[in-house]
Amino acid sequence: MTPYVPGDSPVHRCPPGRKILALVAAGTLLFAWPRLDLALAALAAAALLSRLAGIPVRLMLAQLRPLAWILAVLVLVQLALDGWQAGLLVAARLAALVLLAGLVTLTTRSADLIEALQGGLSWLRPLGVNPAKVGLAIALTLRFIPVLAAIAAEVREAQRARGLERSLVALTVPVVVRMLKMSDDIAAAIDARSYDPDRDSR
Amino acid sequence: MIEIRQVGHAFGERVVLRDLTLDLTERRIAVVGGNGSGKSTFARLLNGLLVPTRGEVRVDGLDTRRDGKAVRRKVGFVFQNPDNQIVLPVVAEDLAFGLKNLGLPKDEIARRTDEALRRYDLHALRDHPAHLLSGGQKQLLAIAGVLAMAPEVIVFDEPTTLLDLRNKRRVAEAIDGLPQRAVVVSHDLAFLEHFDRVLVFEDGRVAIDDRPSVALPAYVAMMS
Ligand SMILES: Nc1ncnc2c1ncn2[C@@H]1O[C@H](COP(=O)(O)OP(=O)(O)OP(=O)(O)O)[C@@H](O)[C@H]1O
Ligand SMILES: [Mg+2]
Repeated sequence: MTPYVPGDSPVHRCPPGRKILALVAAGTLLFAWPRLDLALAALAAAALLSRLAGIPVRLMLAQLRPLAWILAVLVLVQLALDGWQAGLLVAARLAALVLLAGLVTLTTRSADLIEALQGGLSWLRPLGVNPAKVGLAIALTLRFIPVLAAIAAEVREAQRARGLERSLVALTVPVVVRMLKMSDDIAAAIDARSYDPDRDSR
Repeated sequence: MIEIRQVGHAFGERVVLRDLTLDLTERRIAVVGGNGSGKSTFARLLNGLLVPTRGEVRVDGLDTRRDGKAVRRKVGFVFQNPDNQIVLPVVAEDLAFGLKNLGLPKDEIARRTDEALRRYDLHALRDHPAHLLSGGQKQLLAIAGVLAMAPEVIVFDEPTTLLDLRNKRRVAEAIDGLPQRAVVVSHDLAFLEHFDRVLVFEDGRVAIDDRPSVALPAYVAMMS
């Protein structure tokens, strides 16, 4: 998950709900009109906006790293099937969307993002969806991904010391046990801090 | 004041606390005892995280069984593992979590968040991901998050156990400096020497209830 980069640019100050809407609009546009010039314009917009937000180029490029392989394969397949323009279009479109999405998370505090999503989900309330709960679930996921990664690394280390790094059971059982214990603790901690899912604060 | 009346607690068949009757009024109360003697269970009864299977616990007259929510506003809780009690991804957001739950207005939340972060030198880290803090900083953040909610009493369950020496000292100092009353479960006897009262648990009972100068040596003798 990309961390928030504090700042006071117009991109930072733009209300999170509007940023999400703009992102959705850009995505729809790019896929409704598969045109190279639009995709390139979106890429340029992403570059410009990140510049405006003061996000280092290095951080923006880091957004694309997990996608490097997918992009490469897509481009190759399209090249073989449809020629270089189609390949470029697919790659540029995907890269532009990922960069724009990255820009939203880099310039929005997760609490604000969650609050905006909650607002966006409120129309689901009659269907029994509690937006506050969904928001907390998202926040918890963001919070505990790094913790879980650390636990998994620790367990892998411990099992390697015992020569068990190839055993799936030896790796997963301790992780799952610790996760269960952890989820008990977290639930108690949330309770202790007066969380009430039924109170509608927003 | 916390009143504990004929309280017993069992998890299924396993009886963990037996017939406790106590009034907790002192400013600093320590809880010590061997592993599995019931300390954590006792601590969780104090703010209604657990409801006793027998007897009753009252906080300022409120029954933890019926008025759990109101009790938790009066009694804050800090857990052993700092990682498992920080629930939101960014330092300042996590601090504000409890305050939002109290339904406070935005500017009051901002004011209290600021004050609590400054108190523990976490202000420069307010926009940092919480998982990048040191263990000691995480525990201070947890304490700050509870303190900002302005409870009357804070219960600590082994708040320094997972910390290194320097962080143990910082967290102990933070607890010493709290304006609130505190009930502290700990194995760190030196930290408890200047407390007002020590409860020694053994097998679900309070075996010793006295000043630290009497209770701590007796506990050490009991354990050896
Ligand atoms: N949720 C539970 N379900 C079943 N048994 C439990 C539960 N929680 C605690 N126990 C048992 O109750 C007993 C007392 O546990 P408790 O956690 O209160 O002890 P403790 O004094 O805090 O110990 P420690 O010093 O190890 O933290 C232990 O034997 C424990 O196994
Ligand atoms: Mg315990």
